[in-house]
Amino acid sequence: MSQAEGAPRAGTAPRAATAGAADPTGPRGPLRPGDPARPRNPLWTLGLLRSEITTLLRRHRTYALLGVLAAVPVLIGIAVRIETGGGGGGAGGPDGGAGPAFLAQVTNNGLFLVFAALAATLPVFLPMAVGVVAGDAIAGEASSGTLRYLLVAPAGRTRLLLVKYAAVLAFCLIATLVVAASALGAGALLFPMGEVTTISGTRIGFGEGLVRAVLTSLVVAVSLTGFAALGLFVSTLTGSGIGAMAATVGLLITVQILDSIPQLSGVHPYLFAHYWMSFADVLREPVHWDDLIKNFQLQGLYVAVFGSAAWARFTAKDITA
Amino acid sequence: MAPNDSAETTGEATSTVVGRRKAARYIVPVAVAGVAAATIGLVPALASSGDPDLPEISAQQLIEKIAASDEEQLSGTFKISTDLGLPLDGLAGSFAPGGAGGDKDGGAAAPQDKLMELTSGTHTLRVAADGPERQKLSILGEASEYSLIHNRGEVWAYDSESDEVYHAEAPEGRDGGKHAEKAPKAPEGAPATPKDFAEQALAVAGDTTSVTVDGTAQVAGRDAYQLLIKPKQSGSTIGSVRIAVDAENGVPLKFTLSAASGGKAVVDAGFTKVDFSRPAASTFDFTPPKGAEVTEADELETGGDEHGAAQKALPGQLAELDALAGEGGFNVIGKGWTSIAEITSPGGKGLPAAGSDDMPAEAQGFLDALGDKVTGKFGSGTVFTTRLVNALLTDDGRVYVGAVTKDALVRAADAAQ
Repeated sequence: MSQAEGAPRAGTAPRAATAGAADPTGPRGPLRPGDPARPRNPLWTLGLLRSEITTLLRRHRTYALLGVLAAVPVLIGIAVRIETGGGGGGAGGPDGGAGPAFLAQVTNNGLFLVFAALAATLPVFLPMAVGVVAGDAIAGEASSGTLRYLLVAPAGRTRLLLVKYAAVLAFCLIATLVVAASALGAGALLFPMGEVTTISGTRIGFGEGLVRAVLTSLVVAVSLTGFAALGLFVSTLTGSGIGAMAATVGLLITVQILDSIPQLSGVHPYLFAHYWMSFADVLREPVHWDDLIKNFQLQGLYVAVFGSAAWARFTAKDITA
Repeated sequence: MAPNDSAETTGEATSTVVGRRKAARYIVPVAVAGVAAATIGLVPALASSGDPDLPEISAQQLIEKIAASDEEQLSGTFKISTDLGLPLDGLAGSFAPGGAGGDKDGGAAAPQDKLMELTSGTHTLRVAADGPERQKLSILGEASEYSLIHNRGEVWAYDSESDEVYHAEAPEGRDGGKHAEKAPKAPEGAPATPKDFAEQALAVAGDTTSVTVDGTAQVAGRDAYQLLIKPKQSGSTIGSVRIAVDAENGVPLKFTLSAASGGKAVVDAGFTKVDFSRPAASTFDFTPPKGAEVTEADELETGGDEHGAAQKALPGQLAELDALAGEGGFNVIGKGWTSIAEITSPGGKGLPAAGSDDMPAEAQGFLDALGDKVTGKFGSGTVFTTRLVNALLTDDGRVYVGAVTKDALVRAADAAQ
């Protein structure tokens, strides 16, 4: 977007914009009254993004979502601990094998709780949280009547949309890291930590195991970007925040169901959730990149298609609320 | 862009213009989707169009090249898809208890069960080899992996899904001269790499078979000749066997077996990535993870037999048929591609795997539903068909199995009368 280098004297302007971000009708308007169409200082966009993220993180709803996400690994850890504690240290393999992946390894190495927790939350919990935030991004502002005020400021619709999407992406990363960090903490408290056996059977040191855990979290966060773009598009379609959230989460569930029907295998490679579990390939030795790359390409495609669709809709939309 | 760019209509005259401008924006996502679809469609087409230009070579020379190939170090990714057309999808899987937790009685991560899974569906494997003493074969599952490691006399199998380990001493004599892929404990009849397939296919060659070089191809980024093997006899269910051989070092890279009836290949196995340099030594190191359950091979001897018997009854395992020879009358009719195995069970009754005497009526009905009733001079019987192997089970307890059509089976049964 804006390629203009910030003039030195404009250095204080973004700060002023940030300070008044909670009240968009404040200093944004008179900031550049003369020429609203001129490309603006990129720092200005940064200020807008910062205000967007702080608003997001100050919400009670966000706390609740992150709290639920943080509780999942702790619950898994306690359950595995109780299950194997009385049994006298068996392998603790799940009877039906239907549990989330990596559960069998958790008892022997707490670090595996990170992978088990991500495997458990990725199909539903994580994307649901992202869907709530993404669906609310535009539609929520519209239904609470604040979207109009956001647009009164000379931010531009495209820029506002980009900032909204960036905030949703930040939430993807934060949510994933919350799950991983909570799992790491619970794993360290409840189980022994040490050298990691990759699923290929080779051993890596604990340090490298940690690196792989971080890498896995990043892969999971990237896996959610396509769905986030879809959610943002849905959010531009309606003026009802609840409606957009419900539609986004509904789409998620529909896609997960479609992905589990073997007769539809021809469609599967195009479903955004199809390669999600490929994050486990990070734990192979050497890392098996094929599916990971397919996942990234697919997410990129979703971001491009639904991101531009959201732009087409949002920049052409009548804002009535 | 203007801030708050006006989407409001200010009058009748402008409304159509604005409407058109709005609609025009949707061209962007449509174009993005279109470009993506075109890329997905075109890239594989473009990639496969460049068949490499290689000097002419005769079939004989090519087979020699394969035989002379002495690559002992390689690593790569291998993909195998099998579509045997079994009466019930995944029947092989149900015979071979492999999946999560299904192998409780079979015991831990024993390799036989796992490798049997390869006979149905699509699987990605990783192979690595460093001479005759160190090999590794891994089956990549969803968020899990099954590894079979042979390292200087020790055989380890590790199933990451159940965190179970299997350990055995490598059998003497089997590791001489063979390739990586010929993993020491690989059960007979479940070939896993082009080399194995090639050897089996060439073994049945002779004057019954036409072997030709059929152009070139790119496999796993390497130039390869294609060896085409076709039965000259009629009545075989095998349409053709195609083996892609690395032009440089003669290593078979891809194996495709097509049925005479056409359609998707029955077996399609080949490298998707291959590297002929020495794999890292750490690849073959294995120490059981702390707390994992380790099963020693000797403990399994008794438990495994039951499953072995069930596996031997599976169609598609021609090589396993001779294992039955000791259990009853066994006799091969015909030769080459159309050879048919005739098996007479010791008691003169029913299926070798599930003696029909003890079989409940429901099971009998179920079996009947899977096969077709046929009658002929030999009496009557049931034909079970797959895409490759057909079997005729006569009511008086004889079994005819072969990679031949139903009619050829009936003729064989008549002739044997």
